[in-house]
Amino acid sequence: MATHLRPSTAAPPTRDAPAPGAHRPREKLLSRLDRGGSPYLFIAPFFLLFAVFGLYPLGYTAWVSLHDWTISGKGDYVGLANYRQLFGDPDFWNALGNTLGMLVVATVPQLVLALIVASLLNQQLRAMTFLRLGILLPIVTSVAAVGIVFSQIFDRDAGMANGLLGLVGVHPVDWRADKWSSWLAISTMVDWRWTGYNSLIYLAAMQAIPRELYEAAAVDGAGRIRQLRSITVPMIRPAVIFTVISSTIAGMQLFTEPLIFGQGPDAISGGSLRQFQTVSMFMFEKAFRNFDYGYGSAVAWMIFLVIMLLTAINFFIVRRMK
Amino acid sequence: MARHRRGVLAALAAAASLALLAACGGGGGDGGSGSGRTTLVVKTFGQFGYDELYKKYEAAHPGVTVKEENIAKLGDYAPKLQQWMATGRGAGDVVALEEGILTQFKADPGKFVNLLDYGAGSLKGNFLDWKWQQALTTDGKDLIGLGTDVGAQGMCYRTDLFKKAGLPTDRDQVGALWPTWEAYLATGERFTKAGTGAHFFDSSGSIYKNILIQQGDHTYYDTSNKLVMESNPGVKAAWDQTVRMITAGLSGNILSYSPQWNAGFKKGTFATIPCPSWMLGTIEKQAGPENAGKWDVAKVPGAGGVNGGSFLAVPKQSKHQKQAADLVKYLTAAQGQTAAFQAKGNFPSSPQAIDSPAVQGYTAPYFGNAPVGKIFGESVKALKPLYLGPQNNPINDEVTNALIAVEQGKLSPDAAWKKAVGDAKRLVQ
Repeated sequence: MATHLRPSTAAPPTRDAPAPGAHRPREKLLSRLDRGGSPYLFIAPFFLLFAVFGLYPLGYTAWVSLHDWTISGKGDYVGLANYRQLFGDPDFWNALGNTLGMLVVATVPQLVLALIVASLLNQQLRAMTFLRLGILLPIVTSVAAVGIVFSQIFDRDAGMANGLLGLVGVHPVDWRADKWSSWLAISTMVDWRWTGYNSLIYLAAMQAIPRELYEAAAVDGAGRIRQLRSITVPMIRPAVIFTVISSTIAGMQLFTEPLIFGQGPDAISGGSLRQFQTVSMFMFEKAFRNFDYGYGSAVAWMIFLVIMLLTAINFFIVRRMK
Repeated sequence: MARHRRGVLAALAAAASLALLAACGGGGGDGGSGSGRTTLVVKTFGQFGYDELYKKYEAAHPGVTVKEENIAKLGDYAPKLQQWMATGRGAGDVVALEEGILTQFKADPGKFVNLLDYGAGSLKGNFLDWKWQQALTTDGKDLIGLGTDVGAQGMCYRTDLFKKAGLPTDRDQVGALWPTWEAYLATGERFTKAGTGAHFFDSSGSIYKNILIQQGDHTYYDTSNKLVMESNPGVKAAWDQTVRMITAGLSGNILSYSPQWNAGFKKGTFATIPCPSWMLGTIEKQAGPENAGKWDVAKVPGAGGVNGGSFLAVPKQSKHQKQAADLVKYLTAAQGQTAAFQAKGNFPSSPQAIDSPAVQGYTAPYFGNAPVGKIFGESVKALKPLYLGPQNNPINDEVTNALIAVEQGKLSPDAAWKKAVGDAKRLVQ
């Protein structure tokens, strides 16, 4: 493919040909401008929008975070005091721990499951299209609906989860009272929604693996598991890296599921002892419940930095793997 | 080149129309003043029940148009309001303030028109004393808003569960069971011993809040906005009283507005719940027609109860402050409050409105024709003025969470109290 895309030096821009004589120098300038400038013009809309809706708020948030900014508006410039307070705030570290914890609890089984589902779908089955569409269905469901339904499943008194546990003689679990149980419930919601999406990405990557490799492996006596480990996984590594990075970013921004899971008027605190409060919930609580905008902005910037850090770690791992 | 210029013109036109749009959305009615008509924009949340009143006001004031812009949920309204107030545009001419928001704005009264400057001072007698004080700054010089409704509180109870437990079911006798919270606890213990399978109340948060507001003239803050949570004996007393009820096993540990809470009204998983006037509709909806007459309303233990309530205020950014103040006075007058009560059941904060036949004679058919107008009226009149500091609501949320942790068995009462105090200190830091 690449050879076709190489610009051919032999063919001059056809537009120049019919314009004769007089306006030549100006035309030349215009066409040079056109060639040098128009690509930038074409990508400009994105960067303009990014500057207005991405860069500017980012900068403004940084500016707010350096002030004592409350409900009555901008107060004194306080330098890094908000950040200093943040580093000493146990609730922030708790929220960060919860977020990273749920990230691991949700992502690891999700990707493993997605891999298994994808390899099951990557063979001749009946009703293939139906199955492939089916695993993608959860992604169309609204997060709020998922949150509400799963909150009822993980209800302490009348929930289905406790009902099933009761059948095998396990005492009812108060899902919101402990870290482990609330993390598990919330991770289930995340996984239910995203496993199908990830397995579709894996499936696409798997379809690109040449069949001969499997045939050769089969001739050499490799079983299904061995084929998965030695052929499939190494061959779809780029897809795996992509899903890991996108799951990491999504996991750092986890908000709606725990918020709906929390219930009650004070759900933003994520449980009586902040068992499942994520960093984005913590930010929202500080900025929009306590109206401490300066502090909330400092939290927002810390989330940004943590995501950057995680992405950088991902990036270096990827580079080493190459 | 011509083409180029046309593009620039188009862009300019687009920008201009955008600016125009922004002016329309933000300014709220300044467009009308030139033509001799004034449009007053009223920003509200939930349901204030003013539609009829606007029509009457417009009829009595030719040249004035009233336009209400409503946001259904308080949770969505509050951040928007912050935005309007912070940027100085978009708030219109009259804004509705929920009491928690009002308390936070009171630290910065300059953003609102001082209604005392527009002759509101003579209206003091038209409002319950504590309601008037809530909107008045500590130095008494600034009045931010005038009261609309109050979340007058009664104690709702299940007659069938009371009967099963061998307790009286008549609302006067039930009210006589609990002159104090100590007696409420004793009744709860009697109820629990009877073994009906239900808990005595849903969760401790609303019980605690009701006990707290009966504890003198201030709670977490003193009137100079200093945090006195630890040294104010009233707060600890309310906490200890609530903890005693939890350890006696009275609480069902059911979070309000959770699915099991909603279902609880129907299934009768709890026997009593402090119910503000605005909750009656919720109970009726959740319990359903098949349970009509099973829920009834009695008075709350102790001296009165209230949960929530609102005010109307005029933001400084309004271009028609005088007319807006006049509208606020009209809507919050006794007749206005009575009309709002008849329209949407918002319980009035004006003694004259509370004593009006329309309110006094009001009964709730679903609740066995309980005379709720009378019960709620007595409840709010018994309350004393109470000073709430700027971070009152967030602090109260932390205390409620600490109580839930005790209910869940995750913290001992002492550890939970220490945590609540520590959280409060960090909030005001």
